Amino acid sequence: MAVDAATVKKIGRLARIRVNEDEVEKYQAELNAILGFVEQLDEVDVTGVEPMTSVTPMQLRRREDKVTDGGYPEKIVANAPLSEDNFFMVPKVIE
Amino acid sequence: MTDLTRLSLAAARAGLKARDFSAAELTDAYLAAIERANPKLNAYVAITADAARASAKASDEKLGAGQGGPLEGIPLGVKDLFGTKGVHTQAASHILDGFRPEYESTVTSNLWRDGALMLGKLNMDEFAMGSSNETSFYGPVINPWRAANSNANLVPGGSSGGSAAAVSAWLCAGATATDTGGSIRQPAAFTGTVGIKPTYGRCSRWGVVAFASSLDQAGPIARTVEDAAILMTSMAGFDPKDSTSVDRAVPDFAAAVERGVKGLVIGVPGEYRMDGMPGEIEKLWQQGLDWLRAEGATIRDISLPHTKYALPAYYIVAPAEASSNLARYDGVKYGLRVTGRDITDMYELTRAEGFGREVKRRVMIGTYVLSAGYYDAYYVRAQKVRTLIKRDFEQVFDAGIDAILTPATPSAAFGVGDEDMKADPVKMYLNDIFTVTVNMAGLPGIAVPAGKDGQGLPLGLQLIGRPFDEETLFAAARVIERSANTDFAPSPWW
Repeated sequence: MAVDAATVKKIGRLARIRVNEDEVEKYQAELNAILGFVEQLDEVDVTGVEPMTSVTPMQLRRREDKVTDGGYPEKIVANAPLSEDNFFMVPKVIE
Repeated sequence: MTDLTRLSLAAARAGLKARDFSAAELTDAYLAAIERANPKLNAYVAITADAARASAKASDEKLGAGQGGPLEGIPLGVKDLFGTKGVHTQAASHILDGFRPEYESTVTSNLWRDGALMLGKLNMDEFAMGSSNETSFYGPVINPWRAANSNANLVPGGSSGGSAAAVSAWLCAGATATDTGGSIRQPAAFTGTVGIKPTYGRCSRWGVVAFASSLDQAGPIARTVEDAAILMTSMAGFDPKDSTSVDRAVPDFAAAVERGVKGLVIGVPGEYRMDGMPGEIEKLWQQGLDWLRAEGATIRDISLPHTKYALPAYYIVAPAEASSNLARYDGVKYGLRVTGRDITDMYELTRAEGFGREVKRRVMIGTYVLSAGYYDAYYVRAQKVRTLIKRDFEQVFDAGIDAILTPATPSAAFGVGDEDMKADPVKMYLNDIFTVTVNMAGLPGIAVPAGKDGQGLPLGLQLIGRPFDEETLFAAARVIERSANTDFAPSPWW
């Protein structure tokens, strides 16, 4: 299954990575090289095989629904490129 | 004064305890070595000299009073992927510019709890994606090993290239590293050091920058099997903050090192004999089997039929999980922010500029294989193949195999900027052909230096073990180390 230029641009949008027009061809070639490599998985008979959901057999551990952490917002925003009143400042999201 | 940096971790530990020298002297020796070597090797991306000296001073006080933990005063290097409070943590990426976490990873917390100190953060492939440490924002790491009669710079392997190079070049007593598809074992093999990836769930992933959550594991790189076992004991342990952490007691791994292999059954999988595999590697593999046999192990041919599908399945599963884990790097909360007309520009431009080529490639592939219409054909299918890969191992272990011996890498270290590797991403991926199976099955795997190739470069062998049986791996690796009887010391050209 190979990707065309339009698909490369669509993937870029889904991944929120800007793909310039002059980059499309290179991405296309590289992605297709990888897709070509993984195509051999189609040879495997996976009838009746469950996809692996847990690497080491275990059940997801639960915890008590109690607040045991938090109350230090200044630490949370400490690395923010732009912050005010312990908020992350970003360009307008909603028109 | 003897060069303190040449001591193994175990010997340094004993020397500190006996007060033959102080933690301050040991730390200063390493810091001086780093200052000389780092401009040439580029192993460290951040050096925490003041903090190291302060820690050494505190350790000397403890040691002077006859106290101290199992790693008291031992100077370590930490891969840039581990969150270290207040210290550079960028996964060798531009997109995490300036990031200093307000928290400490569990694994490094464990090491400081046991008395170790940090010399600095180690270079790596960006977001742990690579097999040569050439994708780092900080430039490549240079392997301290060089081929005979050559000045060419070689790669140390990846992604834990900085960790492996630093250990090999005596720039730390040991280092932390991580392994998602071979990133501890392959660089260990390329640098003549010992590296172990424990069973999935043995070490906590909390505070470690995530690449592929179902594959990532932390582990040590060290100069000897014993050193690696000592570090592993401190690094491992149940962590309630990691939901995949397994609640299982941590054995004294160092105690298992001299166990021997008498009565063990070692499996040899025919499928690991690859077309075009260099004769030297085949020969070393046989040599490893002879050494184990000579010490009382039984060798048995086994079959792991789905071996060849592990690498393609990995290159669906790992990028898919990475595309999810790297979605958080968007210019909002930390790191690089590139602004444009609107929020979409901010996301797209930040990520395009902040991520390197390899990372973008993998995020794109991961996004594609998870997207509507392709999820079943790619991701679900790869996860089914993964079940079959794990089943291959389970069947072999059920039939009485205690451990499996394979080559670690398809070649010795290759040149920085190798043209073939640059031209085709898949060629670089093939470096992990012997190692990815182990991550896909969640098993423990160790790489131990076993010999040298025709150009004097180190070659390693890999042992794969039963879940949570790292002890057998240390014991078998020790037999190989002892039998090889080689001082894997690069000739310092730096």
